[in-house]
Amino acid sequence: MKQPRFDIIQFPGTNCDRDTFRAVSVIAGARARFVFHKERTLPPADVVVLPGGFSYGDYLRSGAIARFSPIMEDVVRFAQAGGIVVGICNGFQVLLEAGLLKGALIRNTSGVFICKYVNVSVERRDTALTRAVPPDRRFLRIPIAHADGNFQPPADMLAELEAKGLVLFRYVDEAGQPTGDANPNGSANNIAGIMNEAGNVFGLMPHPERADEAALGSTDGQYLIESLIRSV
Amino acid sequence: MMDTKDLALKLGLTEEEFERAVHLTGRELTMEEVAVYSAMWNEHVSYKSSRRYLKTLPTRGEAVVLGPGENSGVVSIGDGWLAAFKMESHNHPSYIEPFQGAATGVGGILRDIFTMGARPIASMDSLRFGAVDHPKTQFLASGVVHGISAYGNCVGVPTVGGELDFDPTYDGNILVNVFTLGVMPKKRLFTAQARGIGNAVIYMGSPTGRDGIGGAIMASHTFEGDSEGKKPTVQAGDPFMEKLIMEATLELMEAGLVQAVQDMGAAGLTCSTFEMAHKGGVGMAIDLNNVPKRVEGISAIELLLSESQERMLVVSPKGREAEVLGILEKWGVPAAVIGHIQDEQVVSMTWKGREVVRLSPDWVVGDAPLYNRPTADPLVLAKRRAPVDMPEITANEAFEAVVSHPSIRSGAWVWQQYDHMVGAATVLPPGEGDAAVVRVNEKAPGGLAMSVDGDQDVTWLDPQTGGYNCVAESALNCAVTGAKPIALTNCLNFGNPEKPEVMLEFAQAVKGIARACTDFHIPVTGGNVSLYNESNGVSIKPTPTIAVVGVLDDVADAVPMAIRDKDLRLAMVGDERRTMAGSLLQRLKAPHLGGTPVQANPELHNNLMHFLQAAASRHMLAAAHDISKGGLAAALFEMVQAGGFRYGLKATLPGGMGGPPMVQLFGEGPSRVIITYYLEYENALFDLATQFKLDPVFLGETMADLFIIEPFLSYTLQELTVLTKG
Repeated sequence: MKQPRFDIIQFPGTNCDRDTFRAVSVIAGARARFVFHKERTLPPADVVVLPGGFSYGDYLRSGAIARFSPIMEDVVRFAQAGGIVVGICNGFQVLLEAGLLKGALIRNTSGVFICKYVNVSVERRDTALTRAVPPDRRFLRIPIAHADGNFQPPADMLAELEAKGLVLFRYVDEAGQPTGDANPNGSANNIAGIMNEAGNVFGLMPHPERADEAALGSTDGQYLIESLIRSV
Repeated sequence: MMDTKDLALKLGLTEEEFERAVHLTGRELTMEEVAVYSAMWNEHVSYKSSRRYLKTLPTRGEAVVLGPGENSGVVSIGDGWLAAFKMESHNHPSYIEPFQGAATGVGGILRDIFTMGARPIASMDSLRFGAVDHPKTQFLASGVVHGISAYGNCVGVPTVGGELDFDPTYDGNILVNVFTLGVMPKKRLFTAQARGIGNAVIYMGSPTGRDGIGGAIMASHTFEGDSEGKKPTVQAGDPFMEKLIMEATLELMEAGLVQAVQDMGAAGLTCSTFEMAHKGGVGMAIDLNNVPKRVEGISAIELLLSESQERMLVVSPKGREAEVLGILEKWGVPAAVIGHIQDEQVVSMTWKGREVVRLSPDWVVGDAPLYNRPTADPLVLAKRRAPVDMPEITANEAFEAVVSHPSIRSGAWVWQQYDHMVGAATVLPPGEGDAAVVRVNEKAPGGLAMSVDGDQDVTWLDPQTGGYNCVAESALNCAVTGAKPIALTNCLNFGNPEKPEVMLEFAQAVKGIARACTDFHIPVTGGNVSLYNESNGVSIKPTPTIAVVGVLDDVADAVPMAIRDKDLRLAMVGDERRTMAGSLLQRLKAPHLGGTPVQANPELHNNLMHFLQAAASRHMLAAAHDISKGGLAAALFEMVQAGGFRYGLKATLPGGMGGPPMVQLFGEGPSRVIITYYLEYENALFDLATQFKLDPVFLGETMADLFIIEPFLSYTLQELTVLTKG
């Protein structure tokens, strides 16, 4: 089997790039490469990751400026050609701003940044991001860290996402239920991650790259990275 | 028209200091030179009241690579790796404008670390606010936490721990001490020693504006009810620019384009030029016209005094300026060549074609005033230690007051606002261990433990014991996780040094710290002094905060504090001496503090630390936690709380333990730890303790549902969670 290649995009203000690099390469054994936002062409890749952080300081609106970075044109082209693109946290916001995913992320209902472990249910196991999640795992334990993670699409868009089965992850409690208490940021229907209709573009708020080693409290993030590797 | 003397007095110099400057210079000063002297000779930059005491702190040790005097201290942590770390105060700005004050404090300490060549990997903060019910406390606490969160999260350096307290002594003067640690390979170490005649002096970062003009001067005066009017002296932070500067600086270093570098912090451009020249024994020629400016019409004096944030001064090899500017352009960081290193040992500055500053760094830095301020008769401290009676309250009342205090109940509302996991290396995050533990390497040295600790109550009663015990506790917190303490940094937060009683507190506390450093073999690698913490004529309780860093060979050995199972055994090991003097319960319930606190016994304390390290490396402990504020009852509660109230415990106060029940439950003293372990390890653990001349006392077991300390306290876990809702 050929070694899958991951391109990791670095916007100014991206700060989860190095963690993603480590999770993908050192831990999961894939090939990873950083791509600076001023590049115009993606080096050949199987998966493109937009990692978390504060692109352009989030000063206008999270992800709003990053989508105009030179590299984004090629990312959009890559996605339209069916390439796998994953946006984590701020990267999810960039994908929404770029129109590769549908919906909107607004300020957490608490009004403040929140960093903690959460449980997320895996709604589908037949996608490029979730196929390696073991059948007996109802939910995964992965941390979140964001101030703008409250997923609030317009009602018709939400209905469409749900009807078409595009919701991939939901915040759940220890019993696997998407309760109000389990919802850390106020997201509609406890949504923590979605995909596009073609099934090749993914956005999620939890940080799988932070949950890959027992010493850090969870290895559940590896299931998602392993899924991507198997999908290549 | 204002003459130079008027300006000097307006900028905070005394008449004598102005005369001294004129005398050193040997001629009349220019207005710009007056600005230079005033910026460099205030308390915050020159340490003129504290320097003679700081010299007594032990700064040498096998691990120390760079001691005090650089942007930060640097220690060797093994296998060719170095750690740079330091703590700084941002007390005054945070009181005036909590969000920006705290945020820029984080920015400053981050720059102190990456200027050494280290990538910052962890921050902590030590926060002290006024009484919980004081009208300003809520505003200040939420603003400070928000400021730290907004800045640190954006730059992407995890805030992994710290401490939090609320005490009426800080009603008018809060304490915000921020700590950052970074790591680097040995060959990557940089300093602020400017060298190389003809080398380029390059300004990088945000253009200079009028913000923060005279900030260091403000930090050298007390608050007299007009803090509102001081707002323009607080700087505004831009964490996005900081992140770009950090990446650009590290890339410049990697490319061999940095000879020396210093952050423009307090006293901005003035301090960085004069200090870098002084450290390197060279001169600098600077053209102020080339400094990037944010506003039209800014004057030379304003450029010299501005404390605009996110700026650095870099010395780069002659002829490679274009490469430097190219990398800064890539990152979008404004920059300009503003001068060069010159042989003649003066810093000369021109403005609009005219030389406005021509001063030797030796006069400005080397010959700064040094005061031997009077200290009060130690009898004033003896008076503080007169015994005081506790009011008659039940054990339940006492317990509920202690555990509902925000220094004991979970600080999750604070640390969940901090990204404490970015970097994917946080092994013991906030609330999980006595010290935070961060992985640095796959093999030894695998991780670093760090803890920041202060105790204003004990230090007020007995400054020497307070200083001594703070070092002991911070070191013990590292040892509890299994780490070996190697060095420390500190923030010495005190009141007005012009008051003999405050100077006495300072002198005694430093003496205690120095003795502890010697006794525990932990050198000081740098720190910060914050004086004039006084409002409306009342100084704060003396509050040295100590941050010890320790090395852990393997992070898999790190011992947490949380109780996460039932049927674990509980024991207590260490010093048996307890007293109400300076305890949290005394602060909360007695009419005032009183009595004599217990000072740590060095031999016992070292033995205890060695025992804990040995037990951790042999994986004998399930959890461990030192007994500090709130005493035994609070410590047991904290272990249950850290485990999310899933498991409780039943402990029995051993007979013959001595002292009345309230002292046993809530009394405080140094050098004592609760350990939990599975029964199979009990004999081996007790044998190990005996080897270190320790005599553990069995306390009880963990269990489901209940929290019981026989025969005084009994709660369901559900009741405990209600108590902590505050």
